[in-house]
Amino acid sequence: MDIFLQQIINGLTLGSVYAIVALGYTMVYGIIQLINFAHGELVMIGAMVAFSVINALAGTHLPPVLIVLIGVLAAVPACMLVGYAMERIAYRPLRNAPRLAPLITAIGISIILQHVALLVWSRNPLAFPQIIPFVTFSVGGAIISGVQIAIILISVLMMGALTFMVYRTKLGIAMRATSQNPQVAGLMGIDIDRIISFTFIVGAALAAVAGVMVGTYYGIAHYGMGSLLGMKAFSAAVLGGIGNLAGAMLGGILLGIVEALGAGYIGDLTNNVFGSNYQDVFAFLVLIGVLVFRPSGLLGERVGDRA
Amino acid sequence: MNLFADGRRKWVGVALIALALIGLPFALAAAGTAWVRIANLAILFAFLALGLNIVVGFAGLLDLGYIAFYGVGAYAYALLASPHFNLHLPFWVILPIGALVACVFGVLLGAPTLKLRGDYLAIVTLGFGEIVRIFLNNLSQPVNITNGPQGISRIDPFSFGAFNFSRNETIAGLAFSGPIKYYYLLLALLLLAIVVNLRLQHSRIGRAWEAIREDEVAARAMGINTTRIKLLAFAMGASFGGIAGGMFAAIQGFISPESFVLVESVMVLSMVVLGGMGNVWGVVLGAVLLTFVPELLRDWVQPVQQSLFGRTLIEPEVIRMLLFGLALVLMMLFRPAGLLPSAVRKRELAKTE
Repeated sequence: MDIFLQQIINGLTLGSVYAIVALGYTMVYGIIQLINFAHGELVMIGAMVAFSVINALAGTHLPPVLIVLIGVLAAVPACMLVGYAMERIAYRPLRNAPRLAPLITAIGISIILQHVALLVWSRNPLAFPQIIPFVTFSVGGAIISGVQIAIILISVLMMGALTFMVYRTKLGIAMRATSQNPQVAGLMGIDIDRIISFTFIVGAALAAVAGVMVGTYYGIAHYGMGSLLGMKAFSAAVLGGIGNLAGAMLGGILLGIVEALGAGYIGDLTNNVFGSNYQDVFAFLVLIGVLVFRPSGLLGERVGDRA
Repeated sequence: MNLFADGRRKWVGVALIALALIGLPFALAAAGTAWVRIANLAILFAFLALGLNIVVGFAGLLDLGYIAFYGVGAYAYALLASPHFNLHLPFWVILPIGALVACVFGVLLGAPTLKLRGDYLAIVTLGFGEIVRIFLNNLSQPVNITNGPQGISRIDPFSFGAFNFSRNETIAGLAFSGPIKYYYLLLALLLLAIVVNLRLQHSRIGRAWEAIREDEVAARAMGINTTRIKLLAFAMGASFGGIAGGMFAAIQGFISPESFVLVESVMVLSMVVLGGMGNVWGVVLGAVLLTFVPELLRDWVQPVQQSLFGRTLIEPEVIRMLLFGLALVLMMLFRPAGLLPSAVRKRELAKTE
């Protein structure tokens, strides 16, 4: 029983991160129907910037929580800037181009960001300094660490804040209007370009925080970490129904739990023919399954096949 | 080929190009056998890019896991012609098997996703590429099929009876090294692929692909079974990948999952995009450029950096990747139809909205 609970806790932690990243995909998709392939790289850059800051401050006698906070405060604007630049350079000029074009630039941007990061931070995985004391709590036979609690809490807070922003503020109304019909929204006096930039920036900020979370959780950052994480978060967004905020949150958490349970039990279920090294396969199977049986996702509207 | 508009001059041009292609390996061999190998690689990539061009260029479906089919083909060849299972089938048996296996994978992947919008296909194929790599890496237990990350070595080279493509020989006073023999074989296969591509493009199927690419709803209204035709593009592209994979395994003599990562898919895609999606000659040009330019860069980038800064600041490998990324972004922004745009593509990408 405690393995089950333990995997649920691990899954919740991972799922919170997926949910935060998935929100970035879903917001951009909701507003301009573009899959931002390079979104995963924003997570990577967030983790890398935070690593540099935390590593530099690790020797000082500041409290660890403050150091991580400073790391986040550095990572967020950096990612916002990259997210904004990405939209301006690679996506805005192609807004009316055929669908294939922005997808291809997105791949290009993703490759460029990865290799610029490689140049700046080296090819090797970077180990975060262990500054946060490893506190654990025991819950009904399972163990939950302080970092896990922090990740889950912060994610919930950010999701709440985002929901508030989208549904209760003027900016949020403008975003929703743009996503429903950009032309009409423009006629109503909404500066669409600004709203789209803003969407990218918010998504990038979320990705930055997710990057710091992943970095501190696994203790490692790597220039290639973004693509797989991005793909999983995208699967989560599709699972929940792409373009739907609540869907991205639900999808992220579900995917995290599926992955954790899958990795925990696949060995027993298959008599150790398959091991936890197949963990990364689950997200993909979920994605295929959703696309086959319910392409609109759990909470989404019908996906028309607009060519 | 408008250059040789007049019939007789056209044939003179073709003859000149043919002569140049026949003489090329000996010229390259003078600069070092490594360059012949690079030329072979360029032809192989051109073959691969032609396969992807069917999917991306003709049918307008973005496939980001294309290298997986290449990998499947390569492993099919390696398993059937190496000491790993102690099987040594001749290559003309294995290449079609590899094509068929890759084709089956293509259909398996395409069937559930091709009903959906194009961008889903992109991300699913991306995931598929990763999955294939994970399986290649891990299928060494409980039964050792792929030999895991170590890969498979001592793969048989191509051979016709006693004529072995990897051995050095002197024929009619000319020294034919292994790579030079492969060069002619690959060139012949590439020509075949080009002919198949050109014929496909102007066939009924090719026109159906074009119609789907331009407007899927209208194509369906015209009576095209869009899902089936798209699946056909996917399967054909995959078969090309499978054959190219088999050739790769035979030439290298060694394969491992390392050769079939996402980056390679991106590279092949860059070739297609750079040359001009949908244009057969453009794709070949793209493949040749993106194979040779990084190699040339490798040759002088390192010494220049050494003499300027005293150490290597940017590894050639990184420059190569940055080049691919930039090619994708800049081409889409400034010349979306590619270096040699296809006529239809030019019209289509020029119009906004």
